[in-house]
Amino acid sequence: MNHSSNAASAPSDANLMLRIGLTLVCVLVFAIIGLILADNGTDFTMRVHGTIFVFAAGAAGIALLSRYGNYFQNPAAAVGGAAKGYNLSIVKAGVIMSMFWGLVGMTVGVVIASQLSFPELNLHLPWTNFGRLRPLHTSAVIFAFGGTVLMTTSFYVVQRTCHARLFGDVLPWFVFWGYQLFIVLAATGYLLGVTQSKEYAEPEWYVDIWLTLVWVAYLIVFLGTIWKRKEPHVYVANWFYLAFIVTVAMLHIVNNLAMPVSLLGSKSYSLFAGVQDALTQWWYGHNAVGFFLTAGFLGIMYYFIPKRAERPIYSYRLSIVHFWSLIFIYIWAGPHHLHYTALPQWAQTLGMTFSIMLWMPSWGGAINGVMTLSGAWDKIRTDPVIRMMIVALAFYTMSTFEGPVMAIREVNALSHYTDWNIGHVHSGTLGWVGFISFGAIYCLVPWLWGKKELYSNKLVEFHFWIATIGIVLYITSMWFAGIMQGLMWRAYTDFGFLQFSFIETTEAMTIPYLIRLLGGILYLSGVFVMTYNLWMTARGPQNAETPYRAIPAAAE
Amino acid sequence: MNYDSVADFAATWGIVYFVIMFLGVLVYALNPKSQKTFDEAAQIPLREEELND
Repeated sequence: MNHSSNAASAPSDANLMLRIGLTLVCVLVFAIIGLILADNGTDFTMRVHGTIFVFAAGAAGIALLSRYGNYFQNPAAAVGGAAKGYNLSIVKAGVIMSMFWGLVGMTVGVVIASQLSFPELNLHLPWTNFGRLRPLHTSAVIFAFGGTVLMTTSFYVVQRTCHARLFGDVLPWFVFWGYQLFIVLAATGYLLGVTQSKEYAEPEWYVDIWLTLVWVAYLIVFLGTIWKRKEPHVYVANWFYLAFIVTVAMLHIVNNLAMPVSLLGSKSYSLFAGVQDALTQWWYGHNAVGFFLTAGFLGIMYYFIPKRAERPIYSYRLSIVHFWSLIFIYIWAGPHHLHYTALPQWAQTLGMTFSIMLWMPSWGGAINGVMTLSGAWDKIRTDPVIRMMIVALAFYTMSTFEGPVMAIREVNALSHYTDWNIGHVHSGTLGWVGFISFGAIYCLVPWLWGKKELYSNKLVEFHFWIATIGIVLYITSMWFAGIMQGLMWRAYTDFGFLQFSFIETTEAMTIPYLIRLLGGILYLSGVFVMTYNLWMTARGPQNAETPYRAIPAAAE
Repeated sequence: MNYDSVADFAATWGIVYFVIMFLGVLVYALNPKSQKTFDEAAQIPLREEELND
């Protein structure tokens, strides 16, 4: 009313004090819950996780106090002034954590591939056994690497395309670090042998509850940013991110409905049983592919390819049709994981039919991304980052062709339970998810750290080639291994006996598994090269090479 | 109301509902009047605007 120049931009004192107070109370409550679990947990893992929780709450308390410490000393200066412009520090933190988890998750992948070739590497220890390391690998690459990439890029894209600062001050950081805590709880749980035995949903009930809290906060941050946008139209990338966030929340909650044996113990039992449990699990599992590994990363595609190519998306209309048809159809494809099971035949057929219908939105979207370069095809030759993202779409096209074929019941009779599945998944994850993520991170680092260019485009080129060769070795060896397994398992003698024992089909895998291991090592090496390149970009005072420039076309 | 009647209802009216929804999307996306909106929307990532407030 009188001297209100600060009051307009900064929240009022009493209001802010109340919010800081409430946040600290929440941290205290979490610390107390952690202490109770650390002290009274009925099993070792629960006590370890309680302890981790206490430390996380302590770190959160210290971070909050240091963030608002200035405010208590000098209320006029801090907070109001700090919350200006885009929130890029959270995106920077996200890029760093993405690379960290990428290296961890893919290294574990190489370790378990080695274990399949050299079983002694299980080390005869429970914690390093393939059975525990395998979910560590899948969760670390999908949820830790992929999830952090999605969170990071979504925070960047939603701010840029809405022309608004990320909603909330502490809330986005709660989402970010809360998600990292979820990863640590999940990973340590697997190593200690705690799992609810649902593929890609292994964490136990209390970790699931924590993720639900984090995820709802993520939705609030994302929607809040869209709510206060200055851009009247919500750009299509945000639609994909939003579908990813909303659907994953729904899938996660339903598939993890469970009853804990004790509130102080890690063990729980699913609310579903029998075929209902199986269907719920694969409704979840396939939509983790559809909405986590597809819709979310399509959000990356719709922002980063146009941005890097400096051209608008090929067809905005197609992007709308793409979005709605993809989300209408994907949600029904899950039952194709349960062919020839107790699941009713009509449900299997439904899953198969919707899987085949997915060809259209998948290819429509991929064409939309690739055709964005129409009229500027030379960029694929001259800009290795663009090439990486376009090849990501090529792998996307390929794996979304292969997937529906494998969903056909008769093909599935051959492919199911074989390494063909592993090959299929990796052409999608290494090729599509990996390459589009690398492309986005290669774009982000110079933007965020204020550099004109990457440290070295030659190293991007090198990364591109060793990773591509790695993927090709991986998927071809797995096709070979998978089809051979499928054929050997169904071979009968003239007397109607199975022709091969299981160990014979395992021995036949020796060479393909070694080739797969080599492919994995190449792909992982590429990520190390990338990390070095990004480090030098962020740290280095200048570029190693002169900035790349399109080579002028020869006179025509 | 038993399992069969629910399944029958879902199988019939579910598809009708989806087809209508999807036609609605097509009308929205292909409407010639929205060409200008979409052209502008497609430019959103290419416009660099810093925030000053």
